Amino acid sequence: MFYRDAGELKTSYAQEQAIFPVALDRRAVIGVVCAGALMPLVAGPYWLGSILLPFLILSLAAIGLNILTGYAGQLSLGSGAFMAVGAYAAVNLVIRLPMLPFPVSFALAGLVAGAVGLAFGLLSLRIRGFYVAVATLAAQFFIEWICTHIPWLVLNTPSGVVSTPTLFLFGFAFSSVPSRYLVAFVAVVVLALLAKNLVRSSAGRALMAVRDHETAAELTGVDTARAKLTAFAVSGFYCGVAGALWSFLYLGTVEIEAFSLHRSFQILFMIIIGGLGSILGSFLGAAFIVLLPVAIANAAVLFGGALKPDVLANLELMIFGALIVSFLIIEPNGLARLAVKAKERLRRWPLAY
Amino acid sequence: MSRSPGTRRVPTLAFACALGVAAFTAAVSLPVSAQSPAPGAGKPMEQFVPIAIYRTGPYAPGGSGIYGAYADYLALVNARDGGVNGVKLVYEECETGYQPDRMIECYERQKGKGPTGAAAFTPSGTGGVYALIDRMTADKIPSVTIGYGRTDSSDGRVFPYFFPLISNYWSENTATIRYIAEREGGLEKLKGKRIANVVMDFAAGRETQAILDAQAKRYGFEVTTFPITPPGLDQRAVWLQVRQYRPDWVLFRGWGAATPTGIKEAARAGIARDRIIGWWWSGSEEDVTPAGDAAKGFITAQFHATGPNYPVFEDIKKYVYAKGAGNVEENRIGSVYYVRGVLHGVAVTEAMRTAMAKFGNRPLTGDEVRWGLEHLVMTADRIKELGLEGLMPEIKVTCADHEGDGAIRFQQWDGAKWVMISDWIKSDQSMVRPLIEASAAQFAKEKGITARDCASETN
Repeated sequence: MFYRDAGELKTSYAQEQAIFPVALDRRAVIGVVCAGALMPLVAGPYWLGSILLPFLILSLAAIGLNILTGYAGQLSLGSGAFMAVGAYAAVNLVIRLPMLPFPVSFALAGLVAGAVGLAFGLLSLRIRGFYVAVATLAAQFFIEWICTHIPWLVLNTPSGVVSTPTLFLFGFAFSSVPSRYLVAFVAVVVLALLAKNLVRSSAGRALMAVRDHETAAELTGVDTARAKLTAFAVSGFYCGVAGALWSFLYLGTVEIEAFSLHRSFQILFMIIIGGLGSILGSFLGAAFIVLLPVAIANAAVLFGGALKPDVLANLELMIFGALIVSFLIIEPNGLARLAVKAKERLRRWPLAY
Repeated sequence: MSRSPGTRRVPTLAFACALGVAAFTAAVSLPVSAQSPAPGAGKPMEQFVPIAIYRTGPYAPGGSGIYGAYADYLALVNARDGGVNGVKLVYEECETGYQPDRMIECYERQKGKGPTGAAAFTPSGTGGVYALIDRMTADKIPSVTIGYGRTDSSDGRVFPYFFPLISNYWSENTATIRYIAEREGGLEKLKGKRIANVVMDFAAGRETQAILDAQAKRYGFEVTTFPITPPGLDQRAVWLQVRQYRPDWVLFRGWGAATPTGIKEAARAGIARDRIIGWWWSGSEEDVTPAGDAAKGFITAQFHATGPNYPVFEDIKKYVYAKGAGNVEENRIGSVYYVRGVLHGVAVTEAMRTAMAKFGNRPLTGDEVRWGLEHLVMTADRIKELGLEGLMPEIKVTCADHEGDGAIRFQQWDGAKWVMISDWIKSDQSMVRPLIEASAAQFAKEKGITARDCASETN
């Protein structure tokens, strides 16, 4: 009743091929984008800069990994490393080639990360399944090693940590919290729509065919090598841009510890909890992983007097773990699947089925 | 089994939705209410002090010890003295898990609390220090880090809000070379000596390379660096190479589990432990106890003394732990990490006291505490009054020098406890300072910062 997709008659090919063919979906997406764009008017700097900004950037990384793991079925433990490639490439481009406008630098940094992703993707042509995961794990360690051992990459700073310069575009400095938020917001909206478009194209269907059954895909004429390499390159690009945004807009530094194996796992958990093979799931999973610890920590303050601080710190981890387990028991396919179910429920409400 | 599949699914879905809504509501509503600054009207004589801490994760022993002790010292000042000149300290922990992104979140959440905002922030990790430079400078809230932090932020002209107090890694390195010279019988005896520099292969490990090379050139000794891949759980090959090099002295920058592992491998390779000098992050009880007998004789640099027998610890036991208000296990009082936390507390409260002498006995803003830190002088008399005699070196912080010209002591593990084996040794600022200024100047250039002119700041 509330969610209606019946009776929408398409009268042109353009309507048939729209990214969001159902009017209600389209309006919801437009509504969310408008709300996000207007967020700086209502949200304070804490919310914009410390909650929404990291959420958006990690969502982008999750989309990148989802294309590779959720859509193409290639398990990757190297997303942190691909983020690092993007971040290091971006800081070098921005500082060494200051004449480039920063969106160009970031896009180039994404391309560099995509190329590195492609190089490690070549391994997936020879090996499958968990062996690919191990190859990406090798990428993680290899890239971490490169980033800490070539002083040129960190502009020869003795500590190995580069402070990112303020971003300028047409003389405007992107240093305030709302401006940094809006840069990330625009990047994420554009790239998320592109990703949504990619996965419903023939290239996207090829990815899913490889995921579902590689041999069958090959027999039906899908170029599996091309599909896998596309997935690695696109995933590298998305993670790379996310890494650049993470360094420039959130951390303010480029250092390898921000892109360790811990980060790779964090992004993998996001897409597992959010939903493999779903762009929406990438956002839901990122929201879960980023927002929940903060929410628990804030809720814990309410019991501040009653509980010892060391108990509280560990309780936070326990509650977080319990929530992950309970969500996965309720819906093993992730939060995105819950959203789909809710949609079905809203469609037939108040009828049972 | 008469229910249809459709109705059976409802409770699960409803439960899931409820869970989701609950989590979301918690996320949305609580931080907002927690974030809104407490009204200053009701309780004006309060100063908020945020405590970023890591009680979880791989480095929890360090985090809980240091920042738990920091909270203990603030509790002591409240209970014994009624706060700093009558201004009560209100503090709140925020768990970072040693992750820089969560340190940022903690900072943003806590910076505005209390009637005047945070007095100072202790980022609790070097990653957090680097990430917070722009934010804390913009918010005018000082960062106090003791024993870690961004080395070149010792140049207060470029980093007005950053205070890596007492000593930094470069200063420590020059003091270590001076200590070796003392043991060898003079700086001229360093000529021709071979020093193996065994470092964890991360930023803070490699950071001393330049200063070490400069000293090798000046004093005529030879340095070879042997990197250990983090986390450093397999070091056998490295220590065999060190053995082949036949060093006179070994400098060891281990961290976490790498320290006891390295000591054990050194013992196996037959390298005398009393010729190995660690940095201070190898110098806690937690670093040597797992190595057992192999650690006997191991020397490390230290910027403070240790042991439970100082008046300040007796006060903490009496005023804080006797009331059950302690923040760490009572038997850790006086241990290495605990002392470091107390020193954080001393630095922040004494800076507030210094600032109050100028601005009056009232809650201070971050910028006023920054002024206090820049005029902080810890004389031997004041250190004694606070019950810290022998525990910390004298320091004098200035606008240009945010380190305070502290000093280093050396300690040796006797199998059960750390024994102090040297007096305070000054670092060689004639070598350290030019490197710091050059590095800070490069940062200023990249960021477009004009360095402050300290001479023109009369007050």
